[in-house]
Formats: sequence, C-alpha cells, structure tokens
Amino acid sequence: MTMIFGVPLAVFMGQLLLGLINGAFYALLSLGLAVIFGLLKIVNFAHGAMYMLGAFATLLGMRYLGINFWAALVLAPLFVGLLGMLVERFLLRRIGHLDHLYGLLLTFGLALIFEGTLVNFFGVSGARYPTPEALQGGFQTGFMFLPKYRAFVLVAAIAVCLVTWYIIERTRLGAYLRAGTENPALMQAFGVNVPLLVTLTYGFGVALAAFAGVLAAPLYPVSPTMGSNLLIVVFAVVVIGGMGSILGAVLTGLGMGLIEGLTKVYYPEAANTVIFLVMILVLMLRPAGLFGKEA
Amino acid sequence: MTFIKKTLASSIAIAATAAMATTAQAEISDGEIRIGYLADMSGVYRDLAGPGGLEALRMAVEDFGGSVNGAPIQVFSADDRNSADVGANTVREWIDTRNVDMVAGLVASSVTIAVTRVLEENDSFGIVSASAASSITNEHCTPNHIHWVYDTYPLANGTAQAVVQQGGETWFMLTADYAFGHALEGDVTRVVEENGGEIIGRVRHPFPTDDFSSYILQAQGSGAQIIGLANAGADTVNAINTASQFGVVEAGQQLAGLLVFLNDVHAMGLEATQGLLLTTGWYWDMDDEAREWSERYYERVGRMPTMVQAGIYSSTYHYLQAVEATGSDDPQTVREYMMSQPIHDFFARNGQLREDGRMVHDMYLARVKSPEESEGEWDLYEILTTIPAAEAYRPLSESQCKLVQN
Repeated sequence: MTMIFGVPLAVFMGQLLLGLINGAFYALLSLGLAVIFGLLKIVNFAHGAMYMLGAFATLLGMRYLGINFWAALVLAPLFVGLLGMLVERFLLRRIGHLDHLYGLLLTFGLALIFEGTLVNFFGVSGARYPTPEALQGGFQTGFMFLPKYRAFVLVAAIAVCLVTWYIIERTRLGAYLRAGTENPALMQAFGVNVPLLVTLTYGFGVALAAFAGVLAAPLYPVSPTMGSNLLIVVFAVVVIGGMGSILGAVLTGLGMGLIEGLTKVYYPEAANTVIFLVMILVLMLRPAGLFGKEA
Repeated sequence: MTFIKKTLASSIAIAATAAMATTAQAEISDGEIRIGYLADMSGVYRDLAGPGGLEALRMAVEDFGGSVNGAPIQVFSADDRNSADVGANTVREWIDTRNVDMVAGLVASSVTIAVTRVLEENDSFGIVSASAASSITNEHCTPNHIHWVYDTYPLANGTAQAVVQQGGETWFMLTADYAFGHALEGDVTRVVEENGGEIIGRVRHPFPTDDFSSYILQAQGSGAQIIGLANAGADTVNAINTASQFGVVEAGQQLAGLLVFLNDVHAMGLEATQGLLLTTGWYWDMDDEAREWSERYYERVGRMPTMVQAGIYSSTYHYLQAVEATGSDDPQTVREYMMSQPIHDFFARNGQLREDGRMVHDMYLARVKSPEESEGEWDLYEILTTIPAAEAYRPLSESQCKLVQN
C-alpha cells in the first residue's frame, strides 16, 4: 500500500476530502464576514449566532411548521437575513459614525443574548436534525466511505461562494455596493439609496451564515453554542485571508480546512490550534493577510 | 433574701443556658451553613449537572428543612465555564469572603483537581459529584474532598469488561485530550488487556471537538472491532452521530461509549444509540425509590435527572445529616462522621465512604433500549446487571492516595 509520511494513501485522501468539506463551512462563514467587513466596516461578532439561528430555524421549522430541508435551505436564510436587516436598521446604523469597536461590542452583545435565550429554552446538549431522505447513505469511493450529504455540502457551499463572488465583483449591483462603501456621499448624489444598500448587504452577509447553519443542521447537533465554537476559527480564517477580501476568504477557508484535516492525522492534539499558529505566522510575515491589500 | 436568691439563681441559669447555646452555635461557623455550587452552567457539560444539579441541591436543602440545628442553610452558585482557573479563583473567593463550608457540583475533572488543591490549602470541604477521573481519589486525593457518584474505574470495569467478554477484542480508543480522558483511557486499557483484548490504535482529540469525521475515518481505517469513546457530553454525542453518518456500525465495527449520560442518549435519540452498552451509577427508573424522587425532580425541572443530579441531592443530604449529628461544620469532623455511616438512600446502594474519599456503591451495566422497546420519552435504559460496590471501584490495596496506608 502506498504510504504518505507513514499514513496509508487511502486514509490520507479521505482526510483531504473531509478537510475540504470543513473548509467549505469556513469559506461560507468567512465570506459573509468578509462581505460585511469589506462593505460596512463592521466586525460582525454576531456572525456565529446568525449561523446558529439558521440551524435553529431549520430545526424548529421542521418541528413546528413541517418545513422540510429543501425549503429551509431558502427560508431559513431569508428569515435570518430579515432579522439581520432589522438589526442593521435599528441598532448598527445608530452607531455607524462611532469607532469600529462599538460595532464589535454591540454585535458581540447581541450574540450573547441570542445564545443565552436559546440555552435557557433548549439547553446545550443539542438536538438532532435528520439527514434529508434523498441524501442518506453514501458512496464507496475506493479510498473511503463518503456520505452523500457531505458531498452535497461541499458542492452547495462552493456554488454559493462562487455566485456571491460573481455578484460582488462582476455585476452592476456589486459595483454599486463597492462604490457605495468607497464614497457614500458621491453615490448618494448619483441618486443611489446607499443606506438601503448597506442594510441589504448586512442582511445578505448574515443570510450566508444562516445558509451555512442550515447545511450544518444534519451534520452536527443543533445547539445554541454551535456558533460561538466556530466563530473564533472563522475570524482567524478572515485574518489569514485578509480582512475584506472576498476571494481571499473563500480560498483561505478551503485551505485552512485542508491544513486542519491533515493536522488531525499527524498530530491530533494540535487540531484546534493549528489555524491560530498559521494566523500568527501570517500576521508576522504579511500583516495585511495573504490576499489583503497593504494598507 | 429569698427574692435575691431566686433572682440570682435564675440569672445564673439564664447565663448558663446562653453560654451553652453559644458553645453549640460556635461549632457551626458564622451560625450558617454555606454551600457553594460550582458547575458548568453554560457549556458542553451544562445538561448533565448545571442548573438541574443546583435545583437538586435546593431540593435537598428544602427536604432537610432549610436549617441545621437552628443554623440556616445558604446556597449560592457560580459558572466555572470548564476553566480550571475560573473554578479555582471562584472557590478561593468563596473561602476568603464568604466563608463557604462546602463546595458542591464540580464537573470537569481538570477544574475539580484545581479546586481540590485550593480546598486543601484552606482546610475547606468539597463534594465532587460530576467529575469522572479516578485520579481525583487516587494520586490527587486530599483530606478535604470526597467523590460521590462514579469514576472512570467502574466505567472501564463495567463496559469494557462486558464488551471484551462478548468478543470485542481489538479496540481503537478515541480519547478527549485532558485529565479525564487520559484517566479513562488508562483504566480501559488495563481492563481490556487483563481480559485478553488489545488496544491497536488511538487518537487524542482536543476538548471540545465539533467535527469527528476525521477521527472516525482513522478509527475505520484501523480495522479494530470496537471503537472506544473515552470522552463525555457533547463530544460523545458528536462522535456517535458522526459514526452513524459514516456507516461505522453497518460496516461491522461497534461503538463502546464509556461515559454516556442520560441526557446524551435523550439528545441523540434511540435510533442512533440503541444497543449501546454503558455503565451508570444510577438510573431514574431503576426502582420505586428512585422513581419517586425522580418524579418530584421532574415536576420542578421538566427533565428526568441524570445520575449526577441525583448524586448531588444524595451527597448534600448526607453532608447535612453529618453536620446535624456532629453539631459541627469542621471538614474533618464531618468527613469522619460520613465515613462512619453506611450510605443507603434512593441513590446509593451498599454505599460506604472510604478513607481515600471515594464513596463506593453499587454500579449498573445498562443497555440502551430500541425505539420499539421504549415506552416514553425518558424510558431509555434497560439495567442488565448490578456491579457490586466491592468490585466496582479501585481496591484500596492498589491506591496511591496519601491518606491510605499501604
């Protein structure tokens, strides 16, 4: 059997694939953060809570309203996106003229409130969401048993990332967005409703997080703390990729998933820390991040 | 003259009574019994002890009448957030500023070991109900704490032995990378090897971990018959769920959950957990006494109690009885009295507190019911055998505890 650094090739390939799937989650979440930071200059600490709310909306939607997974894939992000727009319109906008730190504190506080409220009702053990019927089972790929659902997650996450990148970088709407953040006054003078644009962007960013939450529901127990566990890692990914870089966020997300996956084989004790080690290295050598522009 | 005599006599009598009263009171410091409940109130271990454990403690205090020998019982609590630093600092503060008499709860083993050091330095007292590491009453034993509900030694003895005897001889260990996981892995390795089995691989995962897919894949690749889960709480839940997604059981491997709590099985559902063997210190539906208490608990909390929550009630009640009988809250007096009494209530059967601080009592090997067998939301276990107190725990002859003369 071919061995790679003492690990059978089959196991090695399997780990790469799993790393890529986890990376897809990092990519989706860091993409939302990057969009919000890039266009609104808000460090959105409520992002993990929005991811968690996406998963909870899926779970509770099924339990009480009979909404199936496929409908939840659209409805949960819409619901959380709307909630995000309310947050932007009534809370974040009021502190828009202050230092970034205030936005960070506000969103962090919101995250604690969402989490605490749900912990009170649901505890932390987490509830199980069934894998949708069409995606149960898996393929025998030659080197590993790949559950169909995980393959679906990988494809869906990458597709959504690409569409987002295309909208922001290649369409007229994206051009407005980018221009509106560069020089809001000028855009306003051209008759573009910039505040509306900002609200929509925040809503879109958190909807991405909620989308990741829906994808996560059948994989991990749906629990109020699922977001805060992930958020710190995702922030590290954004820092490594470069704050505000859209493509950077996606590529770094996938890359960090791979690095983490390999760490789990070679030195599992460090699996939770390896991303932060990379972050420290990047901050030392390229403070603006791998894909960021030097300030 | 008679008048003076009478007055004098009664004054002396009053003075004497007052003096006696103060002597009795002086034994209970500050005239109050102060119990501090330290637990994970918001993280991965919240549901096995957490607010439910605090409620069980309050029930014990209420059932005791709210006071001991006239001294009111005061209860306060804090969240240790599974951090040894936070836990140790909280207890230090409780000792310094609130004169805490007994620290209850105590969940993550790493927190407990840090807290028991503080208790020993300050000659205070703690009852550990939720931690698992058997080292807490072995190399980390102190005269200032006791360990009530269970530990890793009987978990390995019960589950690992049963599994090896059923033919599961090759094991792959999935271990939480901290004090508790290491202790459990060590105990399991010993039991498996003593019974003729073999550990052919292991991976130590960070605590806590959300994504187990990589580790499950490694376990699959090892070809071991049994995947032993030396972790707890949400980690075990995640590992079992991931294993079911990757078709581990269908492919012929078996899972052995070494520390599985009632709330874990409830959260995962019977579909995913049916047939799982586990060792428990208590089960709410095991007999009439247990059921009766559990139903009272259920009315207050809305969930059935875990063995830890029941143990918190049991240990607190025994502590208060010891304070009442000795009229003192001095740690050594209370501990000695508790050691002198057999422990038998709705929770502990054939219970005895040993000099190393370990409360040994009957343990149970249980099997998780299938969805068809279960008759209700909380009808989850079938008790297979009782592991007698004398066999379940580490014998004192093997103890490394400094309090045991070997």
